[in-house]
Amino acid sequence: MPFEFVLTEVRGPVGIVTINRPQVRNALNHQTIGELVEALETFDRDDAVRCMLLTGDDQAFAAGADISQMADAGAVEVLDDDNFARWARFKAIRKPVIAAVSGYALGGGCELALMCDLVVASETALFGQPEVKIGIIPGAGGTQRWTRSAGKVRAMEAVLIGEPVRAVDAERMGLINRVVAAGAQLDEALRLANLIAARPPLAVRLAKEAVNHAMEVGLDAGLDFERKLFYLLFATEDKREGMRAFLEKRPGRFSGR
Amino acid sequence: MTDTTLSARDGAVLTLTINRPDALNALNPPTMRALRNGIDAAGRDPEVGAVILTGSGRAFCAGADLKDVSSRLDAADTDVGNDLRANYVPLTRAIRSCPKPVIAALNGTAAGAGLSLALACDLRIAVAGAQLIVAFVRVGLVPDAGSLYFLTRMLGLSKATELAMTGDPLSVEDAQQLGLIAAVVPADQLMPAALERAHRLAGGPRRTYALIKRGLVRALDLDLEQVMELEAQLQTLAARTPDAQEAIRAFIEKRKPVFRA
Repeated sequence: MPFEFVLTEVRGPVGIVTINRPQVRNALNHQTIGELVEALETFDRDDAVRCMLLTGDDQAFAAGADISQMADAGAVEVLDDDNFARWARFKAIRKPVIAAVSGYALGGGCELALMCDLVVASETALFGQPEVKIGIIPGAGGTQRWTRSAGKVRAMEAVLIGEPVRAVDAERMGLINRVVAAGAQLDEALRLANLIAARPPLAVRLAKEAVNHAMEVGLDAGLDFERKLFYLLFATEDKREGMRAFLEKRPGRFSGR
Repeated sequence: MTDTTLSARDGAVLTLTINRPDALNALNPPTMRALRNGIDAAGRDPEVGAVILTGSGRAFCAGADLKDVSSRLDAADTDVGNDLRANYVPLTRAIRSCPKPVIAALNGTAAGAGLSLALACDLRIAVAGAQLIVAFVRVGLVPDAGSLYFLTRMLGLSKATELAMTGDPLSVEDAQQLGLIAAVVPADQLMPAALERAHRLAGGPRRTYALIKRGLVRALDLDLEQVMELEAQLQTLAARTPDAQEAIRAFIEKRKPVFRA
């Protein structure tokens, strides 16, 4: 996968995508979003990869959208370009994606982290939606995902004032999963990714789908959807293997079938 | 660096000296900015392994420049909180987040925010006869710049309350008994003693010091399970450093380790 702004690597069952524009603190221009989504989609289709990891560098996960690309744009240009179609493809990824965040996760960078299924952050990480300071608002889900993860009042504070929150505060408000020592975010994200990779892939995939469904529908419809997926998994070889292994007190060997 | 703050290098040790002796090294915004910039730069400079913070003249630091505060209160510019956020907080944060050890060499009394500054450092040594004064209450103010945090955690609530509410001076000799001060030395021994410690630290495993400091900063706010998890993360990072690998090899080979510095 030859990309200009992202690096890809496979470590065992984990596909790693690293945003690599350090000179601009990993600002997300259209091409970078396109490349990282394509890289994730490729891993999503690869049977050897069971979990994905998205990261930046120590200074920045991604410090927002590339403002230079937007400064002269008018409404019609932005509408025509439809950069968000690239972001929408991220939502269709079926395998779990873990964000390993260090440094800045601001604006589009924060939204990108919040699109991931789990977020591990270094204690140096800063999460924020500063868009309001330059006359716009978050456009890749910031107002919606902050509200769903951290609640309305936290979301309001983030998007009305635009000041970032520290990783320890983000963890406390339920925005991210956990804070680790600076420099340990990739280790911890890999540890979690390997735990997920050891689980039966179909169960993992449907579990992700079920939780995401909870964001979309009312409780009854969500429970109904969950039950259908629950029944569906009883038709898999991995369910039989998993339960047999449990009874025989040994680790399961899952085939993804 | 400005004339309110002097900067001197001795090998891998950087000494920052607050240089407003006529004002007992009271802190005003330019002085605090200079200190913060000096500490931030030392943190980034690969040639620097440890920092000493000291004062010129007879005081280490008398705290906030009350003339400055008073003129601003007269001008009805009364939001002292924003002054803290803009000047004092970033300085305390710079010391705590500096990856290099920062030693306070207390050449004289540390009062108010000057004491906060000393407490934010990783180690304190002092000249005999100097005093620590949680002075804020004497002018009707509450301890700031981190003092409430450092005093409660270093001394416990009871002693911290006594000092904060009375504003009575604590001799550095008593402070040493309480564990606040690592060493009390005669005046002419202060800088040699500070430099000796600073050089020893600068010659050690630097990345490990940074990891230890991070761990200590966070451990204060975590429970045992969280601290043990943090230790596991830090140890993974420490064990990967060339310095740790060299030191472990040296231990087995019964020789002195040679750190990269």
